[in-house]
Amino acid sequence: MIELERAAYSYGGGELFTDVTLTLAPGSFHFLTGPSGAGKTTLLKLCYGELIATAGHVRLFGENTRKMDRDRIAMNRRRIGVVHQDCQFLDHLPISENVALPLTVAGRSEEADAYLGELLAWVGLTRQAQQLPPELSGGERQRAALARAIILSPDVILADEPTGNIDWEMSQRLLSLLVELNKLGKTVLVATHDMALIRAAKAQISARVLRLKDRKIQAAEVDL
Amino acid sequence: MSLRERIGSSVALLAGDKQADRAVPPTGFTARLTVFTSAAMAFLAVFVLALSLTAGRVADRWTEQLAQTSTLRISAPDGQIDAQVRAALRVLETTPGVAGARALSDEEQRALLAPWFGPDLPVESLPIPRLIEITETDGGYDTTGLRARLQAEVPGALLDDHARWRAPLVKAAERLRALGFAAVILIAGATAAMITLAAQAALAANAQVIRVMRLVGAKDSYIAGAFVRRFTLRAFFGSTVGVAVSGVAVWLLPELDVAGGILEGIGLSGAEWLWIAAIPILASVVAFAATRAAALRTLGRHS
Ligand SMILES: Nc1ncnc2c1ncn2[C@@H]1O[C@H](COP(=O)(O)OP(=O)(O)OP(=O)(O)O)[C@@H](O)[C@H]1O
Ligand SMILES: [Mg+2]
Repeated sequence: MIELERAAYSYGGGELFTDVTLTLAPGSFHFLTGPSGAGKTTLLKLCYGELIATAGHVRLFGENTRKMDRDRIAMNRRRIGVVHQDCQFLDHLPISENVALPLTVAGRSEEADAYLGELLAWVGLTRQAQQLPPELSGGERQRAALARAIILSPDVILADEPTGNIDWEMSQRLLSLLVELNKLGKTVLVATHDMALIRAAKAQISARVLRLKDRKIQAAEVDL
Repeated sequence: MSLRERIGSSVALLAGDKQADRAVPPTGFTARLTVFTSAAMAFLAVFVLALSLTAGRVADRWTEQLAQTSTLRISAPDGQIDAQVRAALRVLETTPGVAGARALSDEEQRALLAPWFGPDLPVESLPIPRLIEITETDGGYDTTGLRARLQAEVPGALLDDHARWRAPLVKAAERLRALGFAAVILIAGATAAMITLAAQAALAANAQVIRVMRLVGAKDSYIAGAFVRRFTLRAFFGSTVGVAVSGVAVWLLPELDVAGGILEGIGLSGAEWLWIAAIPILASVVAFAATRAAALRTLGRHS
C-alpha cells in the first residue's frame, strides 16, 4: 500500500530522519512512536504526499510521490484517510458537512445521505452533527476527524495522535474503532506517545510498533 | 485540451455545485468590491461606447457628404458668361481628381433659388452667377492648384469647396471612435486587474480552507471552481446593474438635431444597443479568466 525506501526528510536544517525503509502491507496495523519532535508527523506527511522525501522514495499504491502531479496526489489522498494531529476542519461548516467534505470534493456529495448518519452514530456524534467544529470538545473533534478520514472508505488510515487530548475511556473507544476498521481489512498506522494505548491494542490485535529516534526508525522492543 | 473540451469544462465549472460553494466561506469584502467595480466599469463602458458609436456615425455621415460635390460659381458680365462656363468646364475636365463637372440648367438654378424668390424668377435675364457642380474622385483634387488655374483662365470663377472644411472634423470623429474602442479595452483590462486583486485577496483569506480541501483530496480545478464561479457571478451581476443604470441614462439624454444633423445627439440606436447588452457577458468572461488564472497561480504556488 505505502512503501518508504531509504526515505529522508529535511525542512532545510539537518535531516530529521534518514534511511527510513518501511512497508505498510495491506491489512497491517502499525504504531509509530518516538519523542516529540522526532518527526512522526513529518513521516506521515510523506505517506500522504503533503511532503516529498528529500532523499529516497515514497510509493503510494506503487506510485512514486515524487512523480505525481497535484491531481494525482489528490486522487491518492482519496484512498488514504488521515486523522490530523490538529484535526483541520472548516470552522464555518457544521460537523456533518465537515465529515462529508471528502465526498463533496470528490463530486459524490449525494452519497453522504446514505452513510453520514450511520457514521456519525458510530463515532458517537449524532447530537453534535449541526454544531461547528470550534464548539466541540477535543475528543469530539478527534472522533469527527476519524469519521471524516474513513467516509470515502479508504484502503489506508493514518492517524496522528488520535488520542492526544482525550481521556482514557474515550481513547479506548477510538482505539476500538481503529481496530474494527483494521479487522475490516484496512491498513492502519497510528502515531502516538501513548504507551498504554499501544499495550491495549496489542491485547486485541497483532500490531507492529515502530520507533523513530536518533534520525532512524527501528522496531521497538516487545516489552515497551 | 481541445477548444471543445475547454469550453465544456468551463461550462461545467460554472454550473458548479452548491457544496463546493459552501466550502469556501463568503468574503463580504471582496464580494462587494467585485460587484462595485464591475458595476462602475460597466457604467463607464456604456458611456464610452455611446460616445464612440456616435462619433463613428458622425464620421460616416460626413465622409459621405464630403465625397459628393463642390461647386464652382461663375459671375461675369452678360455676354461673357457662357464662354467662361465653357472655359471652366475645359479646365475641370483636365484637372486630376475631378470625376465630373456639369453646369446646372436654368431650371435647376431656378429650383435652388425658389425658396427665396418664388418660382417665377426670370433666371435668364438676371445677372445671376452660373453654377457648375463638381464631383470628386475618392482622392479629391488639389484645391490650391485648381484655384490658381481658374484664376488665370476663368477670371469670374469662384470655387466653393464647402464640404472640405469638414475633413479635419471627420478625422477627429474617426479618431474619437478609435479612442473610444481603446478605452473600452482599457476598461476591460482595468476590470481584469481589479478582479484579479480581489480574487487574490479572497484566495489569501481562505488559505486554510484551501489547505483543508486539499487534505481531503480536492483537485486544483475543484477549488479554483468555487472561486471562479463566485467572481464570475458577481461580475455579471455588478455589470448588469451598471449597464442598466447607464443604459437608462443614455436613453434619457436629450436628442440634439443641430444644423441639419451635422451634429448628432450622443446616444445609441438600433443594433447598437446590442453592444451594450454584450457588456455583462464581456465582464463575466473577463472575471472568469482573471479569477481562474489567479486561482490556478495561487494553488500552484502552495503545492
Ligand atoms: N513546516 C516546518 N518547517 C520547519 N520545521 C518544521 C516544520 N514542521 C515541523 N518542523 C520541525 O520538524 C521537527 C519534527 O516535527 P514533527 O511535527 O514531525 O514531530 P513529531 O514527531 O510529530 O512531534 P510531536 O510528537 O510533538 O507531534 C520538529 O523539530 C519541528 O520543529
Ligand atoms: Mg506530531
